[in-house]
Amino acid sequence: MCRVIDLQQAVLARNEDAARELRAALTARGTVAVNLLSSPGSGKTALLEAELVLAGQRGIPAAALTADLATENDALRLARSGAPVKQVLTDGLCHLEAAMLARHLDGWLPDDTRLLFVENVGNLVCPASYDLGESLRVALASVTEGEDKPLKYPTAFGLAHLVVVTKADLADAVGFDEKSFLANIERVNPGVEVVFTSARTGEGVGQLLDRACAVLDGGAVHRPVMGVPAAGHHHGPPQTAGHGHSHEGGHLHSHGHAHGAPAELPLDAS
Amino acid sequence: MHEMSIAMAVVEQVAQASPEEAGRVESVVLQVGELAGVVPDSLHFCFGLACAGTVLEGAELVAETVPGQARCTACGTGWAVGMPPELTCPGCGDGAGTELVAGRELQIRSVRWADRPAYADQEG
Repeated sequence: MCRVIDLQQAVLARNEDAARELRAALTARGTVAVNLLSSPGSGKTALLEAELVLAGQRGIPAAALTADLATENDALRLARSGAPVKQVLTDGLCHLEAAMLARHLDGWLPDDTRLLFVENVGNLVCPASYDLGESLRVALASVTEGEDKPLKYPTAFGLAHLVVVTKADLADAVGFDEKSFLANIERVNPGVEVVFTSARTGEGVGQLLDRACAVLDGGAVHRPVMGVPAAGHHHGPPQTAGHGHSHEGGHLHSHGHAHGAPAELPLDAS
Repeated sequence: MHEMSIAMAVVEQVAQASPEEAGRVESVVLQVGELAGVVPDSLHFCFGLACAGTVLEGAELVAETVPGQARCTACGTGWAVGMPPELTCPGCGDGAGTELVAGRELQIRSVRWADRPAYADQEG
């Protein structure tokens, strides 16, 4: 004797609920979160540092939270920009989850923050499955990683609202085939915008900030084919900012439960 | 390897959904889309670990793969997207009208429970 029940529950429903709640809370307080995904060593910290410096010069209150398995090196680098920075150590966990992010933001994120850059764990596989409550998801790839990166990691690039190519100054030296890279991006994410940057030469620096500011101003965000929910279930990152129910008082604590208990090292830049 | 987190989420949701009078979980049917970003082999391995010490201990995980399917709203062509996915329409060569019909599922479909708690005898 046994019983069978049709559950029909999305496995990541809990994370998606936490993400929706966090996005609503951030929207209510006028903050847009930007989720940055890339492989380790793609140069996202260098680019983010440059973008934070620019945000400071333009008077746009921006903050950054950076996640790594170990070391606070990235936070120390980012803090040089003068922006509020927080290092999250995931203690071995390969990705951030929405409830985890909400807990780290609670009590830390300065009230006037307009843009929150979340530098996810350097990994193109796992973070792709977790909506963090961001309104802009960015996948980065350096020219040194090869043109077929988008095909090898279709979920990460297929769910991005914006693709950023880094280390563009090295393109000639490594024989980067731009046409082929763009064709591969188009294959997994038709219509997504690709921008080229070099933190070293300054090429394209400011585009990430501009795109984030456009979302802050209510601009439309690209809709990835893979981001369209299948069979009425909510999957992947959101298509537009600010939908979903608002959360009482804009409080950032989320009620979800995340696995593992990452240590944290608050690093308020002064 | 986020399959451990996925497996733990499955275990947590199934345990929560278990009716009070139900016994051990015998099997869990999971739909895994080709584009869900989850490796079934890795998930099976993690599921065994995540079930230990819960009402799911010893439960079988049945993973049903859902192939990625797309449709072009502009010309009506339907196609299997494959892996890596081809999301540009093979009919009209444009990606602007592509709609993903299936392939992103990561869904607990059904759960089978034994009727009586396995430890009922010991508890008298």
